[in-house]
Formats: sequence, structure tokens, C-alpha cells
Amino acid sequence: MLVSEQKPMEEILRSLDGEKRIFLVGCKGCAEGCESGGEQQVIEMKQKLEEEGKTITGFSLIDMVCNESLTRMKLASHRQATDSADSLLVLTCGIGVQSTAAVVDKVVHPGCNTISSGGAHAEWKEAERCLECGDCILDYTGGICPIARCPKNLFHGPCGGSEGGKCEIHPDLPCAWHLIIERLSKLGRLDKLEAVVPPKDWSVSLTGGPPRPR
Amino acid sequence: MKAGTNLEKVLESGRFAVTAEAGPPRGAVPSVILRKGELLKAFCDALNVTDNQTAIVRMSSLSSCVLLKQLGVDPVMQMVCRDRNRIAIQSDVLGAVALGIWNILCLTGDYQSFGDHPTAKSVFDLDSIQLIQVLSQMRDEKKFLSGEKISGEVPLFIGAVENPYADPFEYRVLRLAKKVKAGADFIQTQAVFDVSKFAKWMEMVTDRGLDKEVHVLAGVIPIRSVGMARHMRDNVPGVSVPDEVVTRMEDAKDAREEGLKICLEIIEQIKEIPGVHGIHIMAVAWEEIVPTIVERAGLLPRPLI
Ligand code: SF4
Ligand code: SF4
Repeated sequence: MLVSEQKPMEEILRSLDGEKRIFLVGCKGCAEGCESGGEQQVIEMKQKLEEEGKTITGFSLIDMVCNESLTRMKLASHRQATDSADSLLVLTCGIGVQSTAAVVDKVVHPGCNTISSGGAHAEWKEAERCLECGDCILDYTGGICPIARCPKNLFHGPCGGSEGGKCEIHPDLPCAWHLIIERLSKLGRLDKLEAVVPPKDWSVSLTGGPPRPR
Repeated sequence: MKAGTNLEKVLESGRFAVTAEAGPPRGAVPSVILRKGELLKAFCDALNVTDNQTAIVRMSSLSSCVLLKQLGVDPVMQMVCRDRNRIAIQSDVLGAVALGIWNILCLTGDYQSFGDHPTAKSVFDLDSIQLIQVLSQMRDEKKFLSGEKISGEVPLFIGAVENPYADPFEYRVLRLAKKVKAGADFIQTQAVFDVSKFAKWMEMVTDRGLDKEVHVLAGVIPIRSVGMARHMRDNVPGVSVPDEVVTRMEDAKDAREEGLKICLEIIEQIKEIPGVHGIHIMAVAWEEIVPTIVERAGLLPRPLI
């Protein structure tokens, strides 16, 4: 079970700035249980965004968004609605955001912060991973997590050792930052990376912060 | 002037700067670093001291810089994010400034698995760009990262590195721009061997006008042996040595002389590239060649400002 909570509405709206047509993704697994991205929250989010003048091109509730093949299949049946959207807002843990990013060629925004594994991780052998850092930045990195996938936790990668798309530390691993840049250039959104990101608040992270009652 | 160090003065006066690297010893004997300082002092405007480079434990950069400073050398303290969190970093910066170490070069740091303590827990609380941000905030706003006030001035001349050869090539200049935006005053690049690729990169740098905002010093490495050429080509992440260079080394009768020649040819070409404000010589374990390089490259005498 991955425990997540919704990001504050202001942050979500900031990340959707300039985008009019949004497709929503919710999860009937952990996010439903945490009331951060289940059916009710997706419907509420739809209303809130419509009040802000956004058009919701559609939404999909998937049993386990972390299951990439299932998500691919489910989203394929919403092809028209996702194609006509400017971006997708995903109300799940960081893994769900990343598996959505892996199956659609659209900008994907995290709507939640992953704050704890709350027990056991689901069996997860795919590349997308989440280290429960408590302040999801997948919005900036195009839906690929540098905290979990770059050994140096870089917020401004790739480091000088990235070569041919491989991580300097392990030749069998792709360089996370190479993937981020590849994806953002494919989406024509390399401008996202012009930002200088201030040092991270690790106090909300599962590893690094003080112990917390969850 | 931001800190008024010798390096800053040379660069601000528009002269072509020369810096070199002095690796600290794997022990507590000060004479090792002092010898390097004496040897290089008259040939460089500043000397970089590495910070546990390739994650191998050595004498701290800060103490080695203090030793060099006592000789009248202008030291550049390298600082990596691998081993310190934001608390230790800011504290070390205050200590360094108090001791007259005013050039600080910000790096992320080589991953610990490359070094002699691969089982260490890494820190990486900040990355190199965030480190630059923290230092420029300390200097310009006299504030810690937390926003609390720092008592007194924190004069700093802030450096960073960039690798024009790392992938993706087109993105490297954008990353340099971010370092400049974060507050970098000078840049030392990874070693240049493929000059035309470096020139292409510099063209992108000048196209963006970045050479007006930051001083770029091109890195050079004199190659000492065929083995070193091969090792750098095949095993050192981030360094790219073209096959021609390795072949030239293999065919040479006197490998050292050939390595020196290659290095001098590269410097000759670098001097002509618009926007380059100096060179940074990384003669790893071959510091004694630096005076010859600087002399034969026609870069003597070094200015006294
Ligand atoms: S940024 Fe990465 S580690 Fe943090 S919540 Fe998002 S996916 Fe998880
Ligand atoms: S090569 Fe890429 S993934 Fe590996 S440490 Fe460098 S930036 Fe991170």
C-alpha cells in the first residue's frame, strides 16, 4: 500500500497553468483507500477544475495504475479524450504517474504526494519507482522520477558522466536524466528544465526526515 | 569585485587565466601539498584543490587550501555534494571564508562506488546547481539557506564545472545557463581533446551570450603514457579521448613528449576560440609538467595584479 495525499489545489493549478483541456486519471487501488485519487476524488477534481475554467476531456479510473499494461489498455480505450487533452492529471502515487507517463505521449502532472509505503510495497519490477519523497516533482521532470532513478538524486541532471543514454554508475541502467530530456523534447517541453529548482525539503520525505506517525 | 581573489582579478582584467589542479595527499603530511604549491605558484593564477576526487579519501580540500594560502597561492576550494548536507556545507563555507579561501568550485561529486569506500552512504542533499544557489545567497543576501541572517560579509568567487562532451550534447549549454542563473562566476570545463566539438559548444555558449556573464576556462589534461590515454578513453566516465590521440601516443617514440605536444597543440587552438577566458590544467599525478606547459604555451609571465 502506498500512502498518498492530494497536493494543494494551488500547486495543481500552477502546474496546469496555460493548459485548458485536461484528462484525469484515478486509481481504485491505494489512492482510493487513501481518498487521494479514488472515484469520489476524481469527480470532485473534475468539478473543481471546471470551476477554474478547464475542460475535462474525460477521465479513467483504473484498478491499479501502477500496473503498466493495465493502464496502457485502459487508456487506449480513451484514446480520443487523451489525444484531445493538453495534459493528464494523475491522482495516484508517484508510480502511477510514471506508468501513465510511460504509456501516453502527453505531459503528465502528479496530483498527489507519495508520503509512505504504509506497509508492503506492491510487487514492482518495472523501472518506474517512487522513493516516497513527500513532495512530488514529476511535474518538472516529465513524469520520470530522478529521486528514485538517478543515484545522485540530481534535480538538474544529467551529470557529466552520462554517456550514450547510460548511467555512469551502472552500464545496465539508463540515465534517468537522459530519459527525462528525451521525453520532454519529444513533448516539446524542454523549457520546463530551464527552471532552477531550489534545494528540496527533505523533512517530508520518508528517508531523511524525522519519523512521522503514518 | 565579488571577493577580490587573484583569479577574479585576472579574469576581470580580461587576461587569459591559467589555473591548475593540485591533488591533496593520502596522508597527513603537509609537505606533499606544499611542494606542489611551491612548484606551481609562479605558473598559475590559482590552484584548485580537489575534494576527495573519485571518492577516494584524501586530506580535506579546506586544510590543503589553507596550506597553499600560507605560501601565497590563491586557492580554489572544490566542494562536492556527495559527503555533506546543507548544514555541513554552509558551516565549511564560513570556515573557509574566515581562513581567506574565497574561490569555491561547486561540484556534485563522483559517486562513492568509484572510490575506496564503495559501501559509504552518500548524502546528495543538494546538487551542484543548488550548491551554487546556496553560496550566492550566502554572499549576496548574507542569508543562510534557511533565510536566517549571517553576521558579516561572505566574499566568494563562485565556480562550477561543465562537461561539453557529456550527452545529450545540445542540452549541455542549457545546463550551463542554469549554473549561470544560479550564480556561477566562472566555469572550468572537463578536459578538451576533441577541439572542434568544444568549439561548437563554445559557439552555442556565445550565441546565448553566456560568455559575457561567466568566465569559461577550458580544461586540459597532459597525457603521460599510452596506458593513461587508453584508460581515460575506456574507463573514466565523462572524459572523451578520441582514437587519434591514443594512436598518436602509441606511435610515439617518447610518449611523454608526445603527450606534452598534444596538450600544447590543444591549448594553441583553444586560445583562438571566442569566449574562452583561460585554461585549467589537470595534470593528475604529473604536476611537474605544468611549468613547462605554461612556458611553452607562451603564457608566462603570469600577471601580478
Ligand atoms: S518525485 Fe519521485 S520519489 Fe518523490 S513522490 Fe514523486 S515519484 Fe515519488
Ligand atoms: S548518469 Fe544520469 S542517472 Fe546516472 S548519476 Fe548521472 S545524471 Fe544520474
